[in-house]
Amino acid sequence: MIRWLKRVGWRHLVLLLTVAFALFPIIFVLSAALNPLGTLSSSELIPTGASLDNFENLLTRPDLHYQRWFVNSLVISLASSFASIFLSFCAAYAFSRMRFAGRRIGLLALLLIQMFPQFLAIVAIFIIFTNVTELYPAFGFNTPWGLLLLYLGGALGVNTYLMKGFLDTVPKELDESATVDGATHAQIFFRIILPLVAPILAVTAMLAFIGTMNEFLIANVFLLEPESKTLAVGMYGMLVGDVRNGNFGMFAAGTLLMAVPTVGVFLWLQKYIVNGLTAGAVKG
Amino acid sequence: MTTQPSVTGSGSSGSPDPGLSPRSSQPRVITTGFLVGRVVVLGIVAALALYAVPPLIESESWLALGVVGVATLIVTYAYLSTRHVPAKYLIPGTIFLIAFQILPVLLTVSTAFTNFGDGHRGSKEDAITAIQTGSVTQVAGSPEYNLTIALRDGKLVFLLVNPTTKSVQAGTADGLSEVTGAELGITGKVLAAPGFEVLNGATAAERGKEISDLVVPTEGGAIKANGLSRAFEGKTSKRYRADCDCVTDAETGQKWVADADIGSFVDDNGQALAQGWQVNIGLANFTRVFTNNTISAHFLAVFVWNVVFALASVLTTFVLGMIVALALHSPRVRGKKTYRTFLVLPYAMPAFAMLLVWRDMFNTDFGLINRLLGTDIDWIGQPNTARFALILMNLWLGFPYMFLVTTGALQAIPKELVEASTVDGASPWQGFRRVTLPLLLVALTPLLISSFAFNFNNFNAIRLVTNGGPYAIDNASVGATDLLISYTYRVAGFDTGTADFGFAAAISVFIFAIVATISVVAFRRTRAQEEVYS
Repeated sequence: MIRWLKRVGWRHLVLLLTVAFALFPIIFVLSAALNPLGTLSSSELIPTGASLDNFENLLTRPDLHYQRWFVNSLVISLASSFASIFLSFCAAYAFSRMRFAGRRIGLLALLLIQMFPQFLAIVAIFIIFTNVTELYPAFGFNTPWGLLLLYLGGALGVNTYLMKGFLDTVPKELDESATVDGATHAQIFFRIILPLVAPILAVTAMLAFIGTMNEFLIANVFLLEPESKTLAVGMYGMLVGDVRNGNFGMFAAGTLLMAVPTVGVFLWLQKYIVNGLTAGAVKG
Repeated sequence: MTTQPSVTGSGSSGSPDPGLSPRSSQPRVITTGFLVGRVVVLGIVAALALYAVPPLIESESWLALGVVGVATLIVTYAYLSTRHVPAKYLIPGTIFLIAFQILPVLLTVSTAFTNFGDGHRGSKEDAITAIQTGSVTQVAGSPEYNLTIALRDGKLVFLLVNPTTKSVQAGTADGLSEVTGAELGITGKVLAAPGFEVLNGATAAERGKEISDLVVPTEGGAIKANGLSRAFEGKTSKRYRADCDCVTDAETGQKWVADADIGSFVDDNGQALAQGWQVNIGLANFTRVFTNNTISAHFLAVFVWNVVFALASVLTTFVLGMIVALALHSPRVRGKKTYRTFLVLPYAMPAFAMLLVWRDMFNTDFGLINRLLGTDIDWIGQPNTARFALILMNLWLGFPYMFLVTTGALQAIPKELVEASTVDGASPWQGFRRVTLPLLLVALTPLLISSFAFNFNNFNAIRLVTNGGPYAIDNASVGATDLLISYTYRVAGFDTGTADFGFAAAISVFIFAIVATISVVAFRRTRAQEEVYS
């Protein structure tokens, strides 16, 4: 027994304590969402009632556009994560497989540019998009396409490094033998490499998805019309000022609904996530 | 829409042309795939160029037009040529990187050398116009007009009817222009006019602020609205005179001389008019950080807390994540999958929403924490508890990521190494300390550094939870939990509306320099660069 405690017991103890720490805010959100009163002051850790009123309010109240925000967020996040993964994977492929002038400089430049958070340049971005809004309204303020373009500016970056690290572990012999068989670089890229690295693509796409879903600052400056807001911008408005206590139940309900797609994908991809994040840890 | 096709286009040029591969010696074969790929790429490039060009010509943006032209040529060349294979893969991402990351950074840097901000937004001509039209006063006997509010292309326009001649003119901030074919009503107002959308009273009243702000410059003065149906032409009391490069007030005789160094009109006592223009002020914004005592005191205090916050966030999340990963890293532990599912949940929850939830859990009056502990602590309202609360919630948000990456890295460490150390008589602690930890650190240092860089600028956490506060009673511009980036945000005036963009840009450049230096040094020290470049 003592031996068990020493070798395994402490592990469970650590794990259970951390799980409790990880879960208690989530349980609080859950019980607040189910709390029929729907205020912060009446919300407890353990659910004090069970009703779906908060969810109903959230979806039907005329001054909120929750469904609209949800769709906006999903569309922008999905489009942005797929496009940015494609862009960064192309770059990662070139950096990993090819040797060309400016490669080292390019990698270092990417690293440094990433240190300058896009948000720091918000003034400049604002100026740029004021011009864009005038010239091309379809890509200006309050449009999902403009925001998407802006997000793609950061496509090359951490993801490129992550994928390059992973690609480096895929044996080059595969490419070489395919080349000998007469395949072109594009055929190798699409038919051989892409299927092999599909798991890490899924994982990075998911991380990009989470990142975009949560992006608040730029979207807050960019999207001003109630109809064009994303969940992050729209829901933030629910907790501002005097309404903060009263709207808490609805906010909690909105948080839970928002988490559904991500948590679902997260659990589904769980085993790839571990491997994917640590790039070189696995092969193929 | 335009971005995605070009993205796929770059890839779908996937066509057999072995000439691309340096190792290949096969002759080049032109296949359908090759042709289709090229045609698609060319089509997309041409379509994009056609979409982008007309508005540029219309607005006479010749520089932008040149940039679009050169970019189109480069892209076309790169995808038509059989050489430059890396470029084919790098171009799509690079275009976005340049347009929306590098260009804003460069613009920020150049803004840091100007006085751009409130009162210094436009050119000198804009400032003169604003000063002159801003001083319009109605004088006895000045002409009056019947006013109709209308929209043209979505922009507010005054339709002005001269009561005696019945001639109709359209007035905008650019001046007056004749309107033909207008239909006048019995009151002398315009009922309809081709090309204009006449607003009814209620709609116009909603835009009252815009209407009273609109000033139509004329030869002798300017036209302003007086209510919603009358407009008067008044005289400007302040006039710009080119001979002395100054602004004079006709009534008081006061004189403001243009000062090109600070971009303002200044009188003898050194008082400047509110409206100035944008000029290059050299390093003044940068030196202000050091020479202005209040700011340099802020800057240092904010910087210290910023470093503490970033370091604490990285360390606490890494330590907790690693401990949990180590605890789970044993074949004897059952229920691994369940544990892992619960442990990563904080990472999968929407972070911005959970930050707001945490803020409310720390609420003094009805927050969960105080109620559970039975305390009455003003968590967010006191500097040290607010800092503690921030680090705790950042730990909650961040440890699952560290847990995940450590788990991955642990799996990559060969078991033999740890076993060998045990055989040699090392205790589990020694084995961890001497074998596992160093290997973990080698694998994870790049991620730790980028986590540091991320938290150094973790604006979300600060903005959503404490908004920089608590603030000292005598100082509302800097709070106890302000990071440099949230301080910058306030200086830039996004909250208050008194913007000092030039100074904010200078702080942005400072932040960038600090983070970049720390990161580069750290990368060098850990020799991580060797791995990055391999």
